[in-house]
Amino acid sequence: MNALNFLKITLLALLLQSYAVGVLAGVNIQHWTTAQGSDVYFVENHGLPMMDISVNFPAGSAYDTAQTSGLAGVTHHMMALVAGGLDEETLTNRFADIGAVLGSSFDADRASFRLRTLTSEQQGALDAFSLVLHRPDFPETVLKREQARIVAGLQEAETEPDSIAEKAFMQSLYGTHPYSLDEGGEIDTVPALAATQLRQFYQSHYTAKSAVIAMMGDLTLAQAKQIAEQLSAGLPQGPAVALVSAVAPLKTASLKKIAHPALQAHILLGQPGTRRGDPDFFPLYVGNYILGGGGFVSRLTEEVREKRGLAYSVYSYFMPMAALGPFQIGLQTKKAQAGEALELVKQTVQAFVDKGVTEQELQAAKDNLIGGFPLRIDSNSKILEYLSVIGFYRLPLDYLDSFNAEVAQVTVEQVNDAFRRRIHPERFATVIVGAE
Amino acid sequence: MIKRLSSPLSPAWLLAALLHVCAVQADTEIVQATLGNGLKVIVQEDHRAPVVVSQIWYRAGSLDEVNGKTGVAHVLEHMMFKGTKDVPAGQFSRQIAAAGGKENAFTGKDYTCYFQQLEKSKLPLSFQLEADRMANLQITDAEFAKEIEVVKEERRWRTEDKPQSRVSEQFDSLVYRAHPYGRPVVGFMNDLDNMTAEDAREWYRTWYVPNNVTVVVVGDVQAAEVFKLAEQTFGKLAAKPLPVRKPQVEPVQIGERRAIVKAPAKLPYFVMGFHVPALKNGSAYSEQDWEPYALEVLSSVLSGNDASRLNQKLVREQAIALDIGAGYDGTNRGQAATFEIAASPSEGVSLETLQQAIWAQLDEIKNHGVTAAELHRVKAAVIAADVYKRDSMFYQSMQIGQLETMGYPLSLLERNAARVQAVTSEQVQAVAKKYLLPDQLNLVTLDPQPIDTNAKPAGQPHQH
Repeated sequence: MNALNFLKITLLALLLQSYAVGVLAGVNIQHWTTAQGSDVYFVENHGLPMMDISVNFPAGSAYDTAQTSGLAGVTHHMMALVAGGLDEETLTNRFADIGAVLGSSFDADRASFRLRTLTSEQQGALDAFSLVLHRPDFPETVLKREQARIVAGLQEAETEPDSIAEKAFMQSLYGTHPYSLDEGGEIDTVPALAATQLRQFYQSHYTAKSAVIAMMGDLTLAQAKQIAEQLSAGLPQGPAVALVSAVAPLKTASLKKIAHPALQAHILLGQPGTRRGDPDFFPLYVGNYILGGGGFVSRLTEEVREKRGLAYSVYSYFMPMAALGPFQIGLQTKKAQAGEALELVKQTVQAFVDKGVTEQELQAAKDNLIGGFPLRIDSNSKILEYLSVIGFYRLPLDYLDSFNAEVAQVTVEQVNDAFRRRIHPERFATVIVGAE
Repeated sequence: MIKRLSSPLSPAWLLAALLHVCAVQADTEIVQATLGNGLKVIVQEDHRAPVVVSQIWYRAGSLDEVNGKTGVAHVLEHMMFKGTKDVPAGQFSRQIAAAGGKENAFTGKDYTCYFQQLEKSKLPLSFQLEADRMANLQITDAEFAKEIEVVKEERRWRTEDKPQSRVSEQFDSLVYRAHPYGRPVVGFMNDLDNMTAEDAREWYRTWYVPNNVTVVVVGDVQAAEVFKLAEQTFGKLAAKPLPVRKPQVEPVQIGERRAIVKAPAKLPYFVMGFHVPALKNGSAYSEQDWEPYALEVLSSVLSGNDASRLNQKLVREQAIALDIGAGYDGTNRGQAATFEIAASPSEGVSLETLQQAIWAQLDEIKNHGVTAAELHRVKAAVIAADVYKRDSMFYQSMQIGQLETMGYPLSLLERNAARVQAVTSEQVQAVAKKYLLPDQLNLVTLDPQPIDTNAKPAGQPHQH
């Protein structure tokens, strides 16, 4: 197989961040606020001579407008390229020379930068990381070049059935809410973005008061406090960024059929689902494991794949976000049987909502979710991400410690009640790319 | 690599970075034992978290397939979840799920691997279930008939509807005229259309024997306990003679080769590739085998990070490429390897212009070698990777399983970093001059076609 993994423009990264959230009693989270108002979450662990830091900002694509679509993403993308008066090559090599890795992630809510470094190289790594966070330069020449690359990526995405489906689905779910906006922007908005807009966006959204700093690894508490103060102190000093506005539920069903020459139809259906901190979170989460989240043992996989061989992958998931993130069901199947497969999925979901789950199914779900919890926190990188999510979404500090107890408490009645109140197949948005 | 399931929750990222020589130093001891039936067990204790990774590696992949039956290794991987007398279809996954575990499998050119990730006390369940399906799999015609359709959907999703995957498949066919690496792991659609349950049974009978298996366990376990458990489960199975594997050596390429792939897309894209040596395995393995390491360093200098030569010069400075990367995968069982460069030109830039610019970058290294700073950076990356990899038990387990299955000594894990660091500028220069030659070029170009929504599906084979 071709060893090259040809990179798509990074801004097109899917929203699909793992839904898993978990806990191990014994992960001792230290939490404090820096002098400039950044929230810090830290787990000390000297098992490996390395450290991970993630700095998170409410600066995702939900802070764009239809007219400025792509501004948040291009700002985030540019920050990692040129900073501190250094040219691109020099900045990149500041990390590479010491084996440090600068990472980043971007979705509708959150824009993040991550640093992984050997403890022995932390000073050089933190210096370079600070330039990216504190002194991004946004030079015109680099911006022009990157705008062209991003537009090319967007044009390519317009030919890909999965990208077309995802975009149409988000528009069906969210209408005029900013969650409908493409994270990468639009072909006609991205080229119009000016460096001054990027600088303003940086100043207003990457503020110390909005930053959530997560740290994990080979550091003492005193060292972590000092690093967090330095990272926080160099950030813009504006006010905290306002939350994403609430999402309205779908009022009527919709169906978009989009022609495409692919062999398979790509089908998505669903509705706005849950938000972080949602009171129905656990019943919906456990219930979805039974419906379409539990790998090979879900009802959707059983009906669509195992019994009938209609698809390679069929799934459902809730992606909880600041406001109601998508509840999404998806599959791909050859065109001739797309109608049959979609009908089967609809029946399966309707039966799930109408008749609910059995005690046996609920117990199997709990066995997996509770029994598997050590796997959720078995690495520094996983723990770092949980710290980021807890901090960014203001989840309770004991969220991890109480996770298994919350799962254990869920009853059949709660699952069935939550799905009946929250999930409305009769108003689902459906997208079929490659419909016959 | 072909996995049995790819969903938004699957750990595909864990597998992404494994195709490089950049192996690493093991900090904890790796211990191994071979059971009486020839099954090998390798354990690396890692007590950072109370979990365990269990991987069952079969030395059987698409490398071992024959024409007309391509894809059968991967089809059998799917069938391995379809039940035994004691554990009916679907129950394997349900039992692992009930134990809080994650599980999946993947098929490559060199191997097929099944894995579970579990809380540490659940390892016996993994061994019991794996030993059972190693010997007692039932492949019924009814289950096969359903599952082969799933595999065809997988091929449509993974290859047929993805232009760059089709370029990749075409590239392998172009580079390898005789060697089985020229055939896709997922198999050609014609072969899947004509595959029978008996083909899968034959594959299972031939290759799924304990003396063709390595079990790798990494986690919060005691090695002695794992060996005992292996004896109690896998140890009961009988060894069987394996077919003789004949060497399959690709004939020397005697001139440039080109191919074009037309598919619905927007951006042009091409892959340039050259036959290069793989790291010698088995009895040919040698500490003096330096060319693969020089090629690995060459790959890093060209595209190890965003400031490496190809991206820095052609994307950032000259802005004639939208994306570019180089790759070399030097470890494998089949002993055939390629050095590849893939790129998309910027708008208004011709394919030829970009290809000439790439040749100019290669000539620069052929004529002047690489800098001390570049060699230092490769070294820094390898040293850091040695530490970072220990944050993932799964990754460590993958490295062990791959090396063992491909026929390399596990001492390579400790020696690898030093061997990368020993590479000189002159050696990098030498391999570039020896192998990256115009007459040895294999070039596959994606010719993007407009999306014609009225057209027949692209690439549909002719059907009667």
